[in-house]
Amino acid sequence: MRPMKTLADELQVTQLTQDLAQAIERDVAGSGPGCKWALVGIRSRGDLLAHRLAKRLGPEVFGGRVGSLDITLYRDDLSEIGAQPVVRTTDIPFDVDGLHIVLVDDVLMSGRSVRAALQSLMDLGRPKRVWLSVLVDRGGRELPIAPDHVGLDLSDQELGPGERVDVCFMPVDDRDAVVVRTRGGDGGGHP
Amino acid sequence: MSGSGYRWPHRHLLGLEELSAQDIRFLLNTARGFADVSTRSVKKVPALRGKVVVNLFLEDSTRTRASFSLAASRLSADILDFGATGSSLSKGESLSDTVRNIEAMGVDVIVCRHRRSGAAHQAARAAANCSIVNAGDGQHEHPTQGLLDIYTICRRLDRDQDDLTGVTVAIVGDIAHSRVARSNVHGLLKLGAHVVLVGPSTLLPTGFAEMGCELSHDLDQVLPRVDVVNMLRIQFERIQSQAFPSVREYTHLFGLTHQRLQKAKPNVIVMHPGPLNRGLEIDSVVADGPHSAILSQVTNGLAVRMAALFLVTRV
Repeated sequence: MRPMKTLADELQVTQLTQDLAQAIERDVAGSGPGCKWALVGIRSRGDLLAHRLAKRLGPEVFGGRVGSLDITLYRDDLSEIGAQPVVRTTDIPFDVDGLHIVLVDDVLMSGRSVRAALQSLMDLGRPKRVWLSVLVDRGGRELPIAPDHVGLDLSDQELGPGERVDVCFMPVDDRDAVVVRTRGGDGGGHP
Repeated sequence: MSGSGYRWPHRHLLGLEELSAQDIRFLLNTARGFADVSTRSVKKVPALRGKVVVNLFLEDSTRTRASFSLAASRLSADILDFGATGSSLSKGESLSDTVRNIEAMGVDVIVCRHRRSGAAHQAARAAANCSIVNAGDGQHEHPTQGLLDIYTICRRLDRDQDDLTGVTVAIVGDIAHSRVARSNVHGLLKLGAHVVLVGPSTLLPTGFAEMGCELSHDLDQVLPRVDVVNMLRIQFERIQSQAFPSVREYTHLFGLTHQRLQKAKPNVIVMHPGPLNRGLEIDSVVADGPHSAILSQVTNGLAVRMAALFLVTRV
């Protein structure tokens, strides 16, 4: 059993999600009346977060334009020996051309997932603008990528490379929480 | 199953006989993730960027070869085409030597089609590092065809867990010489389907009964209780053999006509691996009718072959 510390419990996760939704809402309100918005979550926690945000913001903002992105095929570590990821489906049931797309992920660390997601999005079409919303900014960037909206900002906490921040969401996990684990042997994130 | 720690273990894809039910389900599930690539504005993903896939087709093929080429290019791999005519094989080089020579150029996958049963296994023994994907070896197996048939059945029947318990599939025709039938039988049985093989007794090896298949010589008797009917192509290259009845007799007994299809369940799925002999094993109105999944099979073949190439290169 790896040592684990809870950074946010169920109530706090609800509050962080609410904060994130409000931050997105401000940018939506600030955009012109002709702008169409969409939410796209990165599997396998960002998509759950995207649907929660969509529920909070109401159907008038996104008009049902909520999708899930599987970035497996765009990962930059695919050529490394031993990497055998599970390919899931990408489910974006709308045309991305000309949209303001809010890319949603649970934890932002190196920025490599976001890079892969951006490439994947561009292969689907040409969005007008892509925004980035994350529940937790853990710090530790390896690419020049910055979020537009952050729920919990840990980027100045100087977490060590062995400390992994995970977001747990019902019903995939048994509860809602943000936890930090001190890395054991495997080092992998969520499956 | 994604979180179960399962890993795809096969460097080569030689047949469905070697795969477990879990392997098959994992591959079909992976194929689902690839299906949408063909419908997007950029029909390409970078998953096999920098890898080389060789098509080594030593027997005629248009569809399978094109499907593998397109699958490889949608994964951003480089593709090299070898054929029988004009190659060193026509100069007497052995298959093992050909494989070793191609491999020495630094390729990652060899997709192999050969008229001899067991050729893919021979190629796999010769290959030191690269993966072999069997695209049909003699009368033995054609695994990606079996997988795309099963994928098509699961999609049509909304079997999201790729479990075919309670589903009855008839495979009709020259079972004895059909690698498509053999791959289908292995895969369908592993996923829980009931398989009925239908054909003239001379083309229906009794060994399939021991594997768990039901054998029948009477299509009219079988049709009312099947969910899927997979019509095999009459292979004219074999029609001279003593085992084969006359074409007229065959069509009369085993051809899927519109009239015959009326005996089937109202939502029966009609499949055919192609190319079609219209008016012989299948009538045009049936092949082009509402029950037909024939073009879906071709479309699904692309996703299944992308998944196969993707998985074997990850081992």
